[in-house]
Amino acid sequence: MTRLRAERAPFKTRQASPAAAFLRAVSAVVWKDLAAELRSRELVSAMLVFALLVILIFNFALELNVKARSEVSAGVLWVTFAFAGTLGLNRSMASEKDRGCLDGLLLTPVDRSAIYFGKAIGNLIFMLGVEAIVLPLFTILYSINLFHPGLILVTFLGSVGYIAIGTLLASMAVQTRTRDILLPILLFPLAIPVLVAAVKASAGYLASSPMSEIAPWLNLIIAYDIIFIAVAFMVFDYIVEE
Amino acid sequence: MGPKPRLLSILDSIALVLFVIAVGMVFFYAPTEAVMGQVQRVFYFHVATAWVGMLGFMAAGVAGIAYLRTSNRRWDIVSLAAVEISLVFFFVAIIMGSIWARPAWGTWWTWEPRLTTATIVELVYAAYLLLRQGIEDPDRRARFGAVYTLLGFISVPLTFVAIRLFRTIHPVVFGAGDAQAQGDFNMTPRMFQTMMFSVLTFSLIFASLLWHRIRQGALAEKVEQLRLRFTQ
Repeated sequence: MTRLRAERAPFKTRQASPAAAFLRAVSAVVWKDLAAELRSRELVSAMLVFALLVILIFNFALELNVKARSEVSAGVLWVTFAFAGTLGLNRSMASEKDRGCLDGLLLTPVDRSAIYFGKAIGNLIFMLGVEAIVLPLFTILYSINLFHPGLILVTFLGSVGYIAIGTLLASMAVQTRTRDILLPILLFPLAIPVLVAAVKASAGYLASSPMSEIAPWLNLIIAYDIIFIAVAFMVFDYIVEE
Repeated sequence: MGPKPRLLSILDSIALVLFVIAVGMVFFYAPTEAVMGQVQRVFYFHVATAWVGMLGFMAAGVAGIAYLRTSNRRWDIVSLAAVEISLVFFFVAIIMGSIWARPAWGTWWTWEPRLTTATIVELVYAAYLLLRQGIEDPDRRARFGAVYTLLGFISVPLTFVAIRLFRTIHPVVFGAGDAQAQGDFNMTPRMFQTMMFSVLTFSLIFASLLWHRIRQGALAEKVEQLRLRFTQ
């Protein structure tokens, strides 16, 4: 693999600085995913319908009356995001694997981590897209105002962490025999810190708690994001190595 | 794979003898705790098995990193062996904790940080084994396994921090006790000796089991290679 890298190097440096080439490779992968999604619209629509179904089930399971709503809204939201996110992650990597696109991607003369970041940013955009629709819908359905800048910040940061590790594990899961059923089993135990922190921080913002109560959770989400982006960057090579 | 090493036989015997002594110490040497009574005796092996569970988890993480750096399959066998053994010991620790918690806390189970973290550790181990089961290619299995133990190794402390931000009722045996803790007690020197002896005993049992399991893993790999050679 080091030999391959050495061969790739002149190709990259011929055009621009390594950083610019890396960014261009990342954006190419992101653009590829977005273009495919714009044409098929299968991923985001499936995630969205699934998210709404989860909210619907919660409505009956928890009897979301006015009192209960204010207490469990944050939890319901994050369970919905986590489930819909898993669905999207699975689909996004499975389509690469099924049509042999992953091998094609790996053959391109770019750093492997550019592929990881490209896929992760693509997945993040899809997840944020779903969240951008679910949040207002939730606001209307349960007449509880979710348009709090803090809550939107938490949603963004939480999704970053969830997608960072999710993309990594999804690329692992698609290469196994058990595939789709494996991803949630691998992902949920490791995503617990970010989910717990996101639920707590969201609940804090919804209840207008003082910042001193929310700050530790926010710090935990940021720490999780940074740690897992860095680790994914380091280990992605081992996952797609052939 | 040679015959069973002499050192391993010695280790086995020492572990067995120490275990018998540890059981004796727990029942006859350690004094009966004044408030909780006999059930407190479960504490010694509870701490020891939980310690082995964490030890194995750390060993698996370190072996995972070593595998990624060297690509030597031996590290993969070590990692798997450590996870399998720790899975059992951690489970034993949780069960013993439950037995103690029933009279001390009045409940078999509570969503307390250490209990919750222990459960999540078990789930991470279980996911690790399921992941390995789904991969046929031994190299890929080893690589994915190593990456997953590494991720678990990083995530579990964060999980503990996350859940710790809630209040705890688990007694803190070392360091300052939490005001919220229930079932806290001061250890007499004999209790402390018994606990440390149990920890030592179980560490040796862990080392002995790990060695056996690594030998078995090496044999299993040999069988796999032989099978590949004759079926292809």
